[in-house]
Amino acid sequence: MSAFVALDGVSHVYGGTGGTLAVEGLTLSVNRGEFAAVVGPSGCGKSTLMKLATGLQFPFKGTVSVAGAHVSKPVKIAGMAFQAPTLLPWRTTLENLLLPLEIVQPHRSQLRRKKAEYVARAEKLLASVGLGGQSGKYPWELSGGMQMRASLCRALIHEPQLLMLDEPFAALDAFTREELWCVIRDLQATSKITVILVTHDLREAVFLADRIFVMSSRPGRIIEERIVDLPRPRELDVTFTPAFQGIVHELREHIVRARQ
Amino acid sequence: MSQNLAIRLAPWLYTIAMLVIWEGAVRLFGIPEFFLPPPTTVARAIYDYWPAIYRNSLITLWATVVGFGLAVVFGLLLGLLVGWSRSIYAGLYPLMIGFNAIPKVAVVPILVLWFGIGFIPAVLTAFLISFFPIVVNVATGLATIEPELEDVLKALGASKLDIMRKVGIPRSLPYFFGSLKVAITLAFVGTVVSESVASNNGIGNLMLQAQAQFLVPLIFAGLVALAVLGIVMYWLMAVLERRMTAWAHRSGFAQG
Repeated sequence: MSAFVALDGVSHVYGGTGGTLAVEGLTLSVNRGEFAAVVGPSGCGKSTLMKLATGLQFPFKGTVSVAGAHVSKPVKIAGMAFQAPTLLPWRTTLENLLLPLEIVQPHRSQLRRKKAEYVARAEKLLASVGLGGQSGKYPWELSGGMQMRASLCRALIHEPQLLMLDEPFAALDAFTREELWCVIRDLQATSKITVILVTHDLREAVFLADRIFVMSSRPGRIIEERIVDLPRPRELDVTFTPAFQGIVHELREHIVRARQ
Repeated sequence: MSQNLAIRLAPWLYTIAMLVIWEGAVRLFGIPEFFLPPPTTVARAIYDYWPAIYRNSLITLWATVVGFGLAVVFGLLLGLLVGWSRSIYAGLYPLMIGFNAIPKVAVVPILVLWFGIGFIPAVLTAFLISFFPIVVNVATGLATIEPELEDVLKALGASKLDIMRKVGIPRSLPYFFGSLKVAITLAFVGTVVSESVASNNGIGNLMLQAQAQFLVPLIFAGLVALAVLGIVMYWLMAVLERRMTAWAHRSGFAQG
């Protein structure tokens, strides 16, 4: 099976030529339907990876391809969620979810005709992350965790094949974060969507991912690729097993070395 | 409940207290009327000169509203333009700063040269002075879009226009309506400045004439008229702001 997302020998500079090298000789590939995580010390170019894989920026060296096609424009089959939920405060949760459909084709031109269908889809998605019946609420009426759930739904509403998550749970408290791990685990298990999660929480990476990439400090490269073979479905209890702890420790050592 | 009532009554009580202290101080210290007339004398002057005050207030109000209206239209357009692109912002910003630094009273002679004395210079001065805060606020609203949200939309293939329509303009509205309160107050300043330098009408001119004739209570009556006009227009803008962007108040958006 060929890679769904592939970066090959990618170098990228921030701030035009002469700027700092964000990533250098970055090579990684993620299979279709796989849950991949990218971990690394802060400032290792993880966010650059996000932008390259979604076609918001293009590398000055190397190639990026998604779903077998060379990336030369924004990748519309991707959905994105960030640490900040960035919901629009003047829209209800439902209206926030519909925002991507007002932008992306072919939904954009069908929006009026298929409104009822889209609303039903949004409600179903909200229910699947435990936000059933909350669609009429405004973002500020929701807790931080609920806003993050809504933000995930917004990333998924146009049924993308690739979900890019940039430290999505970093701003949440520990209990809410673990709750959301399970939410995203279940979403991925049912939809078989390909996920790339950028995080610096190693437990989060090991709990969620099938494959983990460890990046070096800037300029970022992949220094380690680790398959996580813990059986699925994984419950939170798995985080207390020796096998789990072992992988976390192993990754930690790579990162400690990468920081030196 | 009684707490609420106290807060509702507070503005009136404080205003009355100020008037009482003013009246008391003038009487107690025997301040002459031509120096500082007491509120009762000012009230008397308002009554005596009511037709003149009424007529000139309407003229001042009209000039202010027209100038303010122009400022809203052009401020909004320029704000959108400046917020649209970084290079337009970079190019226009120093110009706007320099332009805003010019005291508007210094511009009035030029306006008189071009348009003669009277209504038009008053409108234009009000426009020039109230234009700037609107531009800056609208541009700020546009410039502070979360970069992550812009990325989400761009990855979906959103054009610059899409991002403006769906995010930029709605989110700059609280800034815009907030700036109207500042702008309307400044517009009155502009009108009165122009009227007192270059007009035969309006409250500014009325006060200048009262001063020439040493009718000190009438000068103060003019001030009261301006204060009343200012409060009414400010209140209207505040109501408009609350009506149009209630979400911003409830979500704590763009405050502080």
